Amino acid sequence: MSDTQAATGPKTGRQRPLSPHLQVYRLPLPAIASITHRITGIGLTVGTLLLAWWLIAAAAGPEAYATAAGFIGSPIGWLLMAGWVWALWYHTLNGVRHLAWDAGYGLELGPVYKGGYVIWGASVGLTIATLGVAAFAI
Amino acid sequence: MAANQSDVGFRSPLARVRGLGSAKEGGGHWLNYRLLSLAYVPLVLWFVISVMSLLGTGHAGVVLFLQNPVNAVLMLLTVGVTFHHAAYGMVEVFEDYIHVKMVRLFAIALLKGVCLVLALASGFAVLKIALGA
Repeated sequence: MSDTQAATGPKTGRQRPLSPHLQVYRLPLPAIASITHRITGIGLTVGTLLLAWWLIAAAAGPEAYATAAGFIGSPIGWLLMAGWVWALWYHTLNGVRHLAWDAGYGLELGPVYKGGYVIWGASVGLTIATLGVAAFAI
Repeated sequence: MAANQSDVGFRSPLARVRGLGSAKEGGGHWLNYRLLSLAYVPLVLWFVISVMSLLGTGHAGVVLFLQNPVNAVLMLLTVGVTFHHAAYGMVEVFEDYIHVKMVRLFAIALLKGVCLVLALASGFAVLKIALGA
């Protein structure tokens, strides 16, 4: 009884067990895929700034275009592009999966896990292929 | 039914709107976003392939590419759908994570405004190149 009181007392400082939440609960693959979809979407929204810059610079003339191209070709530019290329592939592939789910297909535990592995593998593979071709073309 | 109609004047606006049910637009909004996303998939693939083909061609290559009418229209479509998709996707994020009503309201308004300006500026840039101005 005294133990229970000590445990529930507000000023004891004793660690009480918590229900599973983000810090103590290992996210299952579908949950990781879901939050990654959202994070890549936010990242790609920021990336639209580069799309706008690229097009406006092209319209402004060769000098402005060279500045934009120079930034994209810099080490920081490559790092950002690597992130955006992967985010674009991930969000596109996982987006197709979401569309299939919304249409009523594949929303069972087995296919959801299988698809999750496929999406991660394919997005990383396509990113390496895209960046490889880009490095070769420049 | 007749009694129901006759007492319309005595009901509060809230009671009246409750009787009317939902705004009946949620389903359409949901479906439109899905259909636009479906159309976006081939556009994204076209965009990636196009950018890859333009690598190393410089400013002249991009201008030549966008002076092709088919490329110009597809790029305008890509710009439009990209900013629409980004804006509405971010609205969902803001609605989920911003809990103060006025902050959420202004954040969403600002987001949509910025996306509209960027979309118009990008689209105008494409048109300027395509029309050779």
